[in-house]
Amino acid sequence: MTTAVAEHREEGALATLRRGLRMMPEFRRGLPATFALALVATAGRVVVPIAVQQVIDRGLAGPGGPDLDLVRNVVLLCAAVVVLTVVAVYRMNVRLFRTTETALAGLRVRAFRHVHDLSVLHQQTQRRGSLVSRVTSDVDQLSTFMQWGGVLGVVSLGQLIVATVVMAVYSWQLTLVVLLCFVPLAIAVRFFAARLAVVHGVVRERVGDVLAAVSESVVGASTVRAYGIRERTAARLDRAIDRHYRAQVRAQRVTASVFVSGEFVAAVANVAVVVVGVLLGLDGDITPGTLVAFLFLVTLFVSPVQTASEVLNEAQNAVAGFRRVLDVLETEPDVRDPAVADPATARQLPHTPLGVRFEHVTFRYAPGARPALLDVDLEIAPRRRVAIVGETGSGKTTFAKLVTRLMDPSCGRVLLGDDDAGWVPLDRVAFASLRRRVVMVPQDGFLFDATVADNVRYGRPGLSDDDVRAAFEELGLGDWVAGLVDGVATRVGQRGESLSAGERQLVAVARAYVADPDLLVLDEATSAVDPATERRLTHALDRLTDGRTTLTIAHRLSTAERADEVLVVDAGRVVQRGSHAELVDAEGPYARLHASWRRSSAGEPQPAG
Amino acid sequence: MPRRRDAVVRRGMRHVGRAIVEQPGMFTLAFLASSLYGGMTVASAYVLGEVTDRVVLPALDDGVTSAGALTLAASAILGVAVLKILGILGRRLFAGVMGYRLQAEYRRRVTGQYLRLPLSWHQRHPTGQLLSNANSDVEASWFFVAPLPFACGAVVMIGITVAALVATDPWLALVGLVVFPLVFVVNAVYSQEMSPRMRRAQQLRAEVSEIAHESFDAALVVKTLGREDVETRRFTERAEELRDGLVAVGRVRGLFDPLMEALPNLGTLAVLLIGAGRVADGVTDPGALVSIAYLFTLLALPIRAIGWVLADLPRALAGFDRVTPVLDATGETPHGTEVAVAGTGGAGLGVRGVDYGFEGATRPTLSGVTFDVAPGSTVAVVGPTGSGKSTLAGLLVRLVDPGTGEVLLDGVDLRALREGEVSAQAAVVPQGTFLFDDTVRGNVTLGADVPDDEVWAALRVAAVDDVVRRLPEGLDTRVGERGATLSGGQRQRIALARAVVRRPRLLVLDDATSAVDPAVEARILDALRGHPADRAERPSTVVVVAYRQATIALADEVVWLEGGRVLARGSHEQLLAEVPGYAALVRAYAQTEVAA
Repeated sequence: MTTAVAEHREEGALATLRRGLRMMPEFRRGLPATFALALVATAGRVVVPIAVQQVIDRGLAGPGGPDLDLVRNVVLLCAAVVVLTVVAVYRMNVRLFRTTETALAGLRVRAFRHVHDLSVLHQQTQRRGSLVSRVTSDVDQLSTFMQWGGVLGVVSLGQLIVATVVMAVYSWQLTLVVLLCFVPLAIAVRFFAARLAVVHGVVRERVGDVLAAVSESVVGASTVRAYGIRERTAARLDRAIDRHYRAQVRAQRVTASVFVSGEFVAAVANVAVVVVGVLLGLDGDITPGTLVAFLFLVTLFVSPVQTASEVLNEAQNAVAGFRRVLDVLETEPDVRDPAVADPATARQLPHTPLGVRFEHVTFRYAPGARPALLDVDLEIAPRRRVAIVGETGSGKTTFAKLVTRLMDPSCGRVLLGDDDAGWVPLDRVAFASLRRRVVMVPQDGFLFDATVADNVRYGRPGLSDDDVRAAFEELGLGDWVAGLVDGVATRVGQRGESLSAGERQLVAVARAYVADPDLLVLDEATSAVDPATERRLTHALDRLTDGRTTLTIAHRLSTAERADEVLVVDAGRVVQRGSHAELVDAEGPYARLHASWRRSSAGEPQPAG
Repeated sequence: MPRRRDAVVRRGMRHVGRAIVEQPGMFTLAFLASSLYGGMTVASAYVLGEVTDRVVLPALDDGVTSAGALTLAASAILGVAVLKILGILGRRLFAGVMGYRLQAEYRRRVTGQYLRLPLSWHQRHPTGQLLSNANSDVEASWFFVAPLPFACGAVVMIGITVAALVATDPWLALVGLVVFPLVFVVNAVYSQEMSPRMRRAQQLRAEVSEIAHESFDAALVVKTLGREDVETRRFTERAEELRDGLVAVGRVRGLFDPLMEALPNLGTLAVLLIGAGRVADGVTDPGALVSIAYLFTLLALPIRAIGWVLADLPRALAGFDRVTPVLDATGETPHGTEVAVAGTGGAGLGVRGVDYGFEGATRPTLSGVTFDVAPGSTVAVVGPTGSGKSTLAGLLVRLVDPGTGEVLLDGVDLRALREGEVSAQAAVVPQGTFLFDDTVRGNVTLGADVPDDEVWAALRVAAVDDVVRRLPEGLDTRVGERGATLSGGQRQRIALARAVVRRPRLLVLDDATSAVDPAVEARILDALRGHPADRAERPSTVVVVAYRQATIALADEVVWLEGGRVLARGSHEQLLAEVPGYAALVRAYAQTEVAA
């Protein structure tokens, strides 16, 4: 699919991170300093074993009996290091949080902007929910992980390194013994990770099922009640909830086994240290303090393993989310602004009324698919009002999307302009010029949760409330807007829900009116509008389209009747063209459409004569 | 401020108690396992001390050891470790099961309420909120349960440790008595500082999500008006606020984490300092010193578990506070005991003095609505937008109950009918169609045992049989979430078939063909009219909310609704002649449609 989002399923976590770092320049800034602090931070973890060794070997078993001054000095020095560590870790954490949150905010905003550039947003409306997740929960998950797991990961790694170095300084033989004990665990961790990935994957899937079931019971509330299928719905819900529960328990079992494996290896390492240490000590190669210090150091090896088993699930979630965000970011928009992509060739539209020309235009939604439009070749003169009619799926919406450059044709080209000022290929027109001069009023005139005036201003920022009121007046909607609770300052609610569908259309028309385009593309609403509003709407549309080139995707033939010209689309081809009067009398699809529609509107069982 | 904190702590403890009361068995098991772990942790420190005293020091200082001594040391260390591991396993498994059971149980209760509560309740609550109540809020409510037994075990462990310390050396015990309370104080300050910050971050997350939702829904408007930059600015502002909020959260956590780690370390150092003096005085032996120092190192993690529980309690309470109103909501639709007349033909319908007002609305949606529908007749409800037509449609099939007045089915008040009786007799096709993520067949039958030929017959009446036949797997084709794979008109027609297949005695169509082409709508209406006759039965009673003349013309009688009142009744022609408002409305619509 041309609109599909690229996917890199088989990619490893490291590759994702590399890809991510490339796209998050903020992330690299100041990272070396953060890692330097992390190294200091781990120092705090080894001072205690060192202190233990010093106190036992030099403080208590000193040559001249217990040396309490030395003990005091060692302890105070180590305490100072511990306090210093607190400061270092705090500084590191704050730096890390600030860098990652800044980087993630940047990622979030870039992804948001990029999604707007992708045609998938308007092509596949059912995928909007998942696109919202790309800029919300996916990034949230990354941020949560960075605040918990990210820090733990950095510290754990540093801890392993520093502990090994200290061990090696004390006794290379014992270090070898400890490492030998942990090598099998390090190998096993890879296997554990794969296992954990599987069980957590199942849990995630089940969460999705639960969500789907819950959403059915909520969104379908009236259907569930009207059809008395509460028990059936409850059974579905309970099954989803139960399956989710069982997957969670299974995942917990695996996580717990991984967790304790570290504990077991630590015990084995302790035994090995005691036995080997004692044997080495017989030859005087090792002091009691060193041996005890080793036992303390072994605990430092255990916690990274346990931490890993804890954060692995979060890490996988975070990486998977990260990958999804990056995939969206890496998807090339199929329609790009020439002013950005290739500024040298970008052009402005001529300042004359705009005509439309299709040159052998074919469009397929996917390569190899049945063409939605096939070899359309036509010209529409400036200032004509054209209605496009045809059955659902005939290609009339595709036509509109090509004129507004929401998509580019698969073959052929679309041009705007006229014979005097010249024709400009649409894909060369800078978006700033295109969006200024060509405006589309979509089927559901979407409104933002703001005032009526704000929504109208969206068509032209900077208008005052009085300008908006005047616009409504010019459209013949002055009385309607005055009748609203707060006039133009009335809040329309989420998605404009405080207004009826028809009233939302009125605001959308006003919004297009203040945008003052030269070429207007209207996708007529199909939703039910009460007749009084319908009348207002028709009137306002007449005012709006007056003097502008207008293409209307007509779902009602009354619209076609009022147009200068009608294009009849059937199976991707323009099969008829002419005025309503001409077409009604001609043999052909238009006459048939008209007859059947007249019959249904008039409520007469027999075809009208 | 302190009083508020007390309240949070008290409520938090009550919430912890609730978890324990709901899952006493699992909690006990997890707690016992956790105590075993705690005991063995202390034991492992003592074993280490003993091994130091009896094996390591003699061997290293005097150069004597024996295979027996080494074996004993090894088996003591391993034995304690194995018991400790069993403790960990038990603790984690039982604590996990406890938390997951609570989650599942509350999810069942919440969704049970969703199914039980009346539609009027649903209308007052946004979908998004109900989804998160059942999902993330329930999860947040019980998140703290996972480390809870660990934390309780840690308390036990601290008790044992203090006792052991006192028994070993009161001076060393003093260290514990300073460090442990300090840990609790730091924890308390942490949750105090954290909870408002977390709440703010959560709030900002919701706002960011709202903007993304709205902006993406508006994609076509944004794009065709070239307003991407405006939208990005709007989003950036909130995303940056969220970033600052999260950094504020991180600042607190960033200080708390190292502090919690430093406290046991400082404790160990204090033990060394004091202990060395005691050893020098000959009061304590080096082994005891080692074991107590080691103990402090081991205690670091369990002590943090207490912190995890405390830190999570505010979030848990916030989540639970959002779940409770759902669980406590009342207004369950009470059902009577009457059985509807088991007639085969259309049901008689009576609407008597019905008032209905939405909560918080200034004027009633319906007032004093009274009319009768004779069995087998068809009535069209016509009225301007906002006149209460959809509300009336819902009342007829008891999706909502009237404030005053009654709706009678064959003379029986709907509220007196037994549960399931109304849906057995009446079917409604609502304005917004809803399809389940199921097959076409499943969506039509809704689990009832209906032979395929009847399903096809219903699909034919709804003029969607051709569409279904062309689907890859016919009746067995899955329609996707909310019927995503079908067009709006196709979804409406399948919903219509769902109603028709039940052969309802009362069929209520609430503008149920709005997304269907007029030509197709005409076919459906013809079929609906002819359908009962096909089965040689008396026709169903049909109430239809309509705009199109074709639909209205089908009706035996028209009910003219304006401002929530029935202002006129009669035939289409009668109303046209007598009611100016009706005539204006219908003609206006006819003009836009026919433009004659």
